[in-house]
Amino acid sequence: MAINNLKNEDNPALQNLRFDYLDHLESESIHIFREVAGQFERPALLFSGGKDSIVLVHLALKAFRPGKFPFPLLHIDTGHNFQEALDFRDEFASSIGEKLIVRKVADTIKEKKLTELKGKFASRNALQTFTLLDTIEEFKFDACIGGARRDEEKARAKERIFSVRDEFGQWDPKLQRPELWNTYNGRIHKGENVRVFPISNWTELDIWNYISRNNIELPSIYFAHEREVLEYEGQLVATSEFVQIDESDKVSVKKVRYRTVGDMTCTAAVASNAANVEDIIKEIIATKTSERGETRIDDKVSEAAMEDRKKGGYF
Amino acid sequence: MDILRFITAGSVDDGKSTLIGRLLYDSKSIMIDQLEAIEKQSRNKEDGEIDLALLTDGLRAEREQGITIDVAYKYFNTPKRKFIIADAPGHIQYTRNMVTGASNADLAIILVDARHGVVEQTRRHSIIASLLNIPHIVVAINKMDLVNNSEDVYNNIVIDYAKAAATLGLKNIKYIPISAINGDNIVEKSERFPWYEGNSLLDILETVEVSSDINYTDARFPVQYVIRPQSEELHDYRGYAGKIISGIYKIGDKVTIQPSGLETTISNIEIEGRQVEQAFAPQSVVLHIKDDMDLSRGDLIVHTDAQPNVANEFEVLLCWMGNKPLEAGNKYLFQINSRVVKAVVKEIAYKLNVNSLEKEDAPEKAVLNDIVKATIKTASPIVFDSYKKLRVNGGAILIDETSNVTVGACMIQA
Repeated sequence: MAINNLKNEDNPALQNLRFDYLDHLESESIHIFREVAGQFERPALLFSGGKDSIVLVHLALKAFRPGKFPFPLLHIDTGHNFQEALDFRDEFASSIGEKLIVRKVADTIKEKKLTELKGKFASRNALQTFTLLDTIEEFKFDACIGGARRDEEKARAKERIFSVRDEFGQWDPKLQRPELWNTYNGRIHKGENVRVFPISNWTELDIWNYISRNNIELPSIYFAHEREVLEYEGQLVATSEFVQIDESDKVSVKKVRYRTVGDMTCTAAVASNAANVEDIIKEIIATKTSERGETRIDDKVSEAAMEDRKKGGYF
Repeated sequence: MDILRFITAGSVDDGKSTLIGRLLYDSKSIMIDQLEAIEKQSRNKEDGEIDLALLTDGLRAEREQGITIDVAYKYFNTPKRKFIIADAPGHIQYTRNMVTGASNADLAIILVDARHGVVEQTRRHSIIASLLNIPHIVVAINKMDLVNNSEDVYNNIVIDYAKAAATLGLKNIKYIPISAINGDNIVEKSERFPWYEGNSLLDILETVEVSSDINYTDARFPVQYVIRPQSEELHDYRGYAGKIISGIYKIGDKVTIQPSGLETTISNIEIEGRQVEQAFAPQSVVLHIKDDMDLSRGDLIVHTDAQPNVANEFEVLLCWMGNKPLEAGNKYLFQINSRVVKAVVKEIAYKLNVNSLEKEDAPEKAVLNDIVKATIKTASPIVFDSYKKLRVNGGAILIDETSNVTVGACMIQA
């Protein structure tokens, strides 16, 4: 036991046991992935082609290679996604030889005669929960792995790594299971499912540092490019067929990049010249606005917007 | 750069949320939009001052009632470290939340109101920190501005606390006078306490040595998942995936599979598909063994010359977290790392008074937030170390088999 009281640098045998903070985060996430594989029969990994889910897939590669993933990749496609992210999604899934399932919100709208929102930024964000729940039922998924991080939002800061949802996908923050040590209780009743968040403890900066260290490729929209945008309440929204453009709108071509990639209707771009990962890391360190605050149009609605969506089955 | 996980223990009245808000704010981890959001909310309150506590209260019910219900996790970085704060409520009815937050913590900040000194709640928080074996304690004596930054007041509290700590066996205690609301001694060392020779709180958090808390002598590897590609080129590949929770493994090491007791040798170690000569805690790796053995999730690969305990009956300190009470004779599932077995709570020996550490007569039923000493018997043997010696292989949970809820936290007392 004496060795325990020594500092690493005092003991020659321990000198190459260097393990920095990204190594810690990576190992924790791999551990969570393997717990999912060990505890569930039919998991799925939610993969959108966004940076957080790309990092998730890279962590899964580290957790399971040379074996195959014990789960398919799943994308709930709202139909409002950026083409660059969709192309990346397909190419990446095929390059690693893993199965990708895509289910479309447009099909759910047609089948279930759902009512779409109208208006300037008519978002399908709320409707995608219907498609997700249908898909969970279709494939009998018992665990859905997602790339949510606790630093993104206050309600997320309180969610467990293994978050149990009832058969309606609802989150009850007051009935969460205590999560102790590195022991994850994924036991559920039939019909329930668990949302698992392996990168809960990562921040936006951690994600970028990890992308940099591992030379992870990303869709081009994360890097500065010229794009036609309209300015709306201080945010830059890409013009597209999904956004209603009024005569009074100020439309111009600007050099922008995306800090987060969601639907074209609810994700704003940021003015930026950052052309590579190192530039982006500098920009994030210098920034004064949070990732969601800068880029999510849907969170500003109310203080509890995220909490309410999660209670309703949202990721 | 590494990671420090810490818990803050105290109530709203001690200025806990203000302290966290201050750490985030002064380390520039709060963004403008988040600040605007809390400014807007603060305006809805009467005094109109920015309420830094609003940063940590994530749920609507918490904001409405001005209380913290659940453990919230907060993150900030300095050039020296990444910090993960588990912000747990301090009231007695939330003992289970503090236990949860403390289970992973490298350090606990125990907040003491300088006007009130060491009170029942301080003792309770310190007892929980000691039961959960948190390696480092920082006693932050807050609201020093309200006692005229008095050295005497500070010294008396330090003497009182040291007495209480001695009976608890707490180690590595540091004391610091602060004023969270004014930011004194939080990020920068304050000039208001010329008599204080230590560093600022952030400085302490940045420099406390945590890598030496890892046990590198007792090698433990719980198997989480077996990788078997069964492809043509990897026909015979069989790798044991898991995280080394303690110790170091090298190719050629003599190991024992527990609980079966079979002996073999480490034939290969892989990280990301690359072969490495050695791997160490807390790395996630794939181990291969020389002999063809029946080995699956829940088994442990340990060094033959540093064996854990293998038993199906043992004593635990048990923090009860269920809404339904615990009675001797109740059956549950017992989960330690990746191993899950059926178990019965055979006997409750006594109840621990979390405010005084006194042993009280065993209650007929243990209820939510009770901490009791109990004997557990499992249907098949489990592989464990004493919690005091090896936290990562001595902590376990009890699960109610009918509701699937986690109802108990066990610290094994071997």
